[in-house]
Amino acid sequence: MDNMQFDLLTLLPELVLLGMAMFILLLDLFILPQNRSIIYGLSQFTLFAAAFFTFKTHTPAVGFAFSHMFIDDTLSDVIKMMMYLGTSLIFVYSRKYLQDRNLYRGEFYAMVLFGLLGMMIMVSGHNLLTIYIGLELLSLCLYSLVAFDRDNPRASEAAMKYFVLGALASGMLLYGMSMIYGMTGSLDVSAIANSIMQQDKSPVLIMGLVFLVSGIAFKFGAVPFQMWVPDVYQGSPTPMTLLIGSVPKLAAFAMTVRLLVQGLHPLAQDWQDMLMLMAILSIIIGNFSAIVQTNLKRMLAYSTISHVGFIMFGMMSANANGFASSFFYISTYVLTSIAGFGIILLLSRQGFEAEEIDDLKGLNQRHPWFAFMMLIIMFSMAGIPPTIGFYAKFTVLQAAWQAGFTWQVVLAVLMAVIGAFYYLNIVRKMYFDAPVDHAPLTAPVDMRFVLSVHSLALLGLGLFPEILLSVCGRSLLMSLQ
Amino acid sequence: MMQADLTSISWLSLAIWLPILSGVLVLLLGGDQKATLTRWLALAGSLVSFLVTVPLYTLFDVQDGFFQFEELFPWIPAFNIHYHLGIDGFSMPLVLLTSFTTVIVVLAAWEVITKHVAQYMAAFLIMSGIMIGVFTALDAMLYYVFWEAMLIPMFLVIGVWGGPNRVYATVKFFLYTLLGSLLMLVAFIYLYHQTGSFELADYYLLPLSMKAQIYIFIAFFMAFAVKIPMWPVHTWLPDAHVEAPTGGSVVLAAIALKLGGYSFLRFAMPIAPDASHYFSTAMIVLSLIAVVYIALVALVQTDMKKLIAYSSISHMGFVTLGFFMFGQLALEGAVVQMISHGFISSAMFLSVGVLYDRVHSREISAYGGVANKMPVFAGFAVLFAMANSGLPGTSGFVGEFMVILAAVKFNFWVGFFAATTLIFGAAYTLWMTKRVFFGDVANHHVAELTDLNKREFLILGILAILVIGFGVYPQPITEVMQATTGEFLKHMAISKLPVTGY
Repeated sequence: MDNMQFDLLTLLPELVLLGMAMFILLLDLFILPQNRSIIYGLSQFTLFAAAFFTFKTHTPAVGFAFSHMFIDDTLSDVIKMMMYLGTSLIFVYSRKYLQDRNLYRGEFYAMVLFGLLGMMIMVSGHNLLTIYIGLELLSLCLYSLVAFDRDNPRASEAAMKYFVLGALASGMLLYGMSMIYGMTGSLDVSAIANSIMQQDKSPVLIMGLVFLVSGIAFKFGAVPFQMWVPDVYQGSPTPMTLLIGSVPKLAAFAMTVRLLVQGLHPLAQDWQDMLMLMAILSIIIGNFSAIVQTNLKRMLAYSTISHVGFIMFGMMSANANGFASSFFYISTYVLTSIAGFGIILLLSRQGFEAEEIDDLKGLNQRHPWFAFMMLIIMFSMAGIPPTIGFYAKFTVLQAAWQAGFTWQVVLAVLMAVIGAFYYLNIVRKMYFDAPVDHAPLTAPVDMRFVLSVHSLALLGLGLFPEILLSVCGRSLLMSLQ
Repeated sequence: MMQADLTSISWLSLAIWLPILSGVLVLLLGGDQKATLTRWLALAGSLVSFLVTVPLYTLFDVQDGFFQFEELFPWIPAFNIHYHLGIDGFSMPLVLLTSFTTVIVVLAAWEVITKHVAQYMAAFLIMSGIMIGVFTALDAMLYYVFWEAMLIPMFLVIGVWGGPNRVYATVKFFLYTLLGSLLMLVAFIYLYHQTGSFELADYYLLPLSMKAQIYIFIAFFMAFAVKIPMWPVHTWLPDAHVEAPTGGSVVLAAIALKLGGYSFLRFAMPIAPDASHYFSTAMIVLSLIAVVYIALVALVQTDMKKLIAYSSISHMGFVTLGFFMFGQLALEGAVVQMISHGFISSAMFLSVGVLYDRVHSREISAYGGVANKMPVFAGFAVLFAMANSGLPGTSGFVGEFMVILAAVKFNFWVGFFAATTLIFGAAYTLWMTKRVFFGDVANHHVAELTDLNKREFLILGILAILVIGFGVYPQPITEVMQATTGEFLKHMAISKLPVTGY
């Protein structure tokens, strides 16, 4: 393990990504704007290469690097693979939008790749500081990406809000970490677990836990740390919303597993209650606020808050079944939300954002095919079978029920009906109303094709959910042993 | 030898997936520009789908009270969920009713639907497959997936092709049903954690405390009572029925309501038999309220479709009444009533559709003296009205009479109130018939009416034959369910309460 060469080998995907991201940043200086497709292709290639190396270096055994600062287990590999896929889809869907708005620059790709690197470090962090560094790398990239459209005042405002609140959350997280370090004398996740096991619960430890959970909740966007979500979602250029709302949730999940399960599991009783409260509040507030929205991105932001509530529903069970179900929920949520924002990007064109719900009116008459795709996406978000979203809700609910959260499950079920209302509202506009906008689609063929396959996959996975279920369940079990 | 070959075919899977695949095919190949092709394609699809359900009847073993034509494959091993299909005497007639009704619906839409023809036809074909899935699933999760998936096409059918107030009606329909279904999901989750499977057979054998049974029964009740619908959760139905296009009303009345009735027999009652007995008085009272009160509500309706919708609720009251008296005659009567109501309500809605297509009004007051202009149609309509009011010799009589007979034996007053339907049912149906069909020609719209065309004649003719046929000779239906009813009642008589005191 002390072998430096072996350490580097464990980090091979991260190193590839780092090298390529820097190369792309440099290369962009010497490339003419009309040849920017090279950057795009190179970025996609980078993701492919990283996936290749992640797959190649995968072993069922848990590997550590740099004296246990970095962990490489099945869970991290699976999450990373999902992240590559998600990022790749984001690149496909956002390309046209960026071109139309003069945002098609190399920095975008470099920044997203750096952000991805940060997420990968979070996923593999086995030390409080590693996790923190990963999180900061991600956050800084996201802040600047939100402000990427420099002359857009709404985006700048969103970036400012995001930065101030995000920095505050990072501070809280760090503060919590310092308390835990103070009580356990270690930054290593397993050493912390061992140390807590051997000592009595102390108020300082619980305070540290509270700050830690707050930090995590902020990154997820759970109530009462949800204020930034609607504003940032609405204000950011749609590709950035797409990014913020999708892949980082996977990283936040991994961070939760590392911190709460692998590190602070002896305190499970305490964080269970916190998560439960946040879960319930998120579901209620998210769903009720989403009903009254007229802006699609803002509505999806509130719906994200309610989805986060469901994700926490699984985690609050504090057992393998619960976390496996949360993991499954997040994977399906990420898939679904990327597709949802993909449709917004598909419908927008030069000078037109397609982000009001009314912009979807009569879509069935304009483009029946994509109306059908959006229908699948909306029903998947609402959790209606036979789409994958149903199994996501089902798994977290059964996990929570197993852990004894009876009335919470009934409440969540009732809230799911409220949620169905605003998703139905979109289907209603698409199918029952007459179109107001008759412009043809300008999206390129590759985007249409990928988006169609992607949306149909939500249906296909719903008919055969076993594949994803077992991948999520098994990878989580393997890393919790 | 031949027999062995035929039974080795997966008829149930065919019955489910053939209509769904033909729906997808219609969607891909059809379109508004190729409307004729689309229609023929849909008709072919629905006919083939009907034909593959016929062997379910011919190969059915009437002596066997348990499940037949079973198919069992692992589907989601992570949760021990199986693709498990099978039918018994309760579900087999309903499967046939579903596939048959789909043919009727496709025919009924022939020239009437001109907007998004392919989507309309596909929605009904897909819905047909999904509903057969509900009737045949023996795995609770598989059943649930079919049960909820059905909402999506129905939501679109009412919303896209419905009447002026369609959006309100369809959203109400969706949310009402979803609320009930999700509580049922909670019950399934509970049962899953008790048994470790979603297998229906495991649930039947699972001993449950009274408290658990009561909760389970209430959860199921929420789902099924909304679907049937029982008073007081019936309010979505008049809205949905009235706003839906004719085909939508037919499917709702003929099949969707039966999903709720069937599910009581398949889930709520056998899984929680003690709670079923415990709640039986309440259920009987609710059923009687539906039978009597809703019949009175139907009497004052001015909209024909609304009147038939209320009449459906009233007739479905008979079904639940029959279930909860726990007798062979009552139960068989209830199931016969479900099948017969499938034919009669379809016919009634189609008759209204015939008028609506010509005059574009559903108001009773917009008509009068139609019989003068459409004598053939009036003949059919009067026949169906008679059947709806339970005239002997029509299929409407058989089920109602069996249930009333059982009710009188069960308790005189229950029988008495149930029997009032023969008066009220006749009153509202015949009064409507009188106002619409008889008298002088009321206005120039009626004066311009033309009688049935060949397609309409064909549809109503087939239904008329069935209504009279089953009225005179109901044995094909009663015979197939006799063994199943026996087994069901045997099961219901055994308490599932855990034995204590050792």
